[in-house]
Amino acid sequence: MARLVVVGASLAGLRAVESARRAGFTGAITLLGAEEHLPYDRPPLSKEFLTGDGTPKQFRTEDALRTDLDVDLRLGTPATGLDPEQRVILAGDDPVPYTAAVLATGATARTLPGLPALSGLHTLRTLDDARALRTAIQPGSRVVIVGAGFIGSELACSARRMGAEVTLVEAAHVPFAAAVGDELAPAIAALHTRHGTDLRCGVTVTGIDGDDRVRAVRLGDGSTLPADVAIVGVGAAPAIDWLRGSGVKLDDGVVCDETLQSSAPGVYAAGDVARWFNPLFGETMRLEHWTSAAEQGGLAARNATDPAQATPCTLVPYFWSDLYDSRVQFVGVPTADEVRVVAGGVGEDTLLALYRRDDRLIGALGVEQRRLVMRLRAQIGKRVSWNDALEAVAG
Amino acid sequence: MKMHIDTDVCTGHGVCEGLRPDVFEVGDDGIVHLLTEEFTEADRADLEDAVDQCPTQALRLEG
Ligand SMILES: Cc1cc2nc3c(=O)[nH]c(=O)nc-3n(C[C@H](O)[C@H](O)[C@H](O)COP(=O)(O)OP(=O)(O)OC[C@H]3O[C@@H](n4cnc5c(N)ncnc54)[C@H](O)[C@@H]3O)c2cc1C
Ligand code: SF4
Repeated sequence: MARLVVVGASLAGLRAVESARRAGFTGAITLLGAEEHLPYDRPPLSKEFLTGDGTPKQFRTEDALRTDLDVDLRLGTPATGLDPEQRVILAGDDPVPYTAAVLATGATARTLPGLPALSGLHTLRTLDDARALRTAIQPGSRVVIVGAGFIGSELACSARRMGAEVTLVEAAHVPFAAAVGDELAPAIAALHTRHGTDLRCGVTVTGIDGDDRVRAVRLGDGSTLPADVAIVGVGAAPAIDWLRGSGVKLDDGVVCDETLQSSAPGVYAAGDVARWFNPLFGETMRLEHWTSAAEQGGLAARNATDPAQATPCTLVPYFWSDLYDSRVQFVGVPTADEVRVVAGGVGEDTLLALYRRDDRLIGALGVEQRRLVMRLRAQIGKRVSWNDALEAVAG
Repeated sequence: MKMHIDTDVCTGHGVCEGLRPDVFEVGDDGIVHLLTEEFTEADRADLEDAVDQCPTQALRLEG
């Protein structure tokens, strides 16, 4: 009998299961999840989960998964290996056979090498991490956040709202450069300065001091920052260790073709773990964005269960971040020949900028520009020319 | 087929509008509005994509 095995019970894995059923797949579906929790939404964990009442946003009830979607749900059951010859996935005591598989194991928080295990030292990726932070951050706590990327930055906003004293330390001279390009990264960083957050750039962290709990964060210039809570927010790494030695091709993610199929026949990947060739931009990419995980999860499952009709994944990347009261949105890719600000500007309440490669629009950044950014996303998907894009935003 | 929008939850990401600008439009109020309620089977796949990809889970398709 046909069996779809989905590894990773979060956004991409859930969308895979839903989509397979909706497409009429009648075989068995097994969903393996390392966490004990039902699939829940991650973006709120750095935002309203911390500042609000601490209720996780769950996507589906257990009953909806087991009964409505007829899923063999195995939570708290990490996959430990995959054998493409035998077509089995190892998890728990019995190998799970598959006729098709979707790998959606996402990413795990990176940390800094050589840090001691101290109470008060945190990372943020999972619901358990977020619960620990909710308890640790108290009004008046001195919180040092290492890494001013989007998650570190959102944490800084939330911790301040929770009444903590926050210092945000970033090794690069300006944060966000990889996400939005060098030119406009300062515009996003300016949101911190405008709201009075202590952001220190070009500062490396050399260690954390403390006996059983965190006392201070040690910096490259020899000084220390006293701290009750230290949060390391230096990005995420794809969760691929369990696949090492399986023969599935890995390179900072599961390497996939344009239909999201890995090097192992019948095995597809989706979400933060997938590195695939995106024909729309002619480049290989791995994204850590909510909408990509949702879209790829669905597509990977449809392609895996009906490979004869497999369609390529040509999505236009999209991520957002909520910083203070501003919504930052980026669509497309930031590696451009030219970046042009078409509305607002650095240090203002709003900003809209277009990114050009050759004579095509390939990206757009918006701060408080909700209406326009998504229209531009559609345009990028249609390979609109630079001149047409400029005219459209002017008109 | 009926599309429900939870206007308390929608924060105007506009992902839905990016997929089907003829159906969804984010207004000046920062919330999405339906431009039509007349759907046929041909719309189903797009509408389901919009539901799946809405970052706030504000959309629900009935029927
Ligand atoms: C705090 C935070 C805030 C974010 N904010 C935003 C935002 O504002 N905007 C945005 O676009 N994106 C945001 N993101 C990113 C977004 O949440 C991710 O892109 C999305 O969760 C990816 O989904 P996924 O299913 O691919 O992976 P994940 O959500 O990482 O899920 C993978 C799942 O697989 C499980 N797993 C791992 N290994 C195994 C194994 N061997 N066997 C079984 N299960 C396994 C994991 O436990 C996990 O549950 C944020 C992420 C975090 C952590
Ligand atoms: S995608 Fe969701 S949040 Fe965004 S405008 Fe549409 S309904 Fe609202």
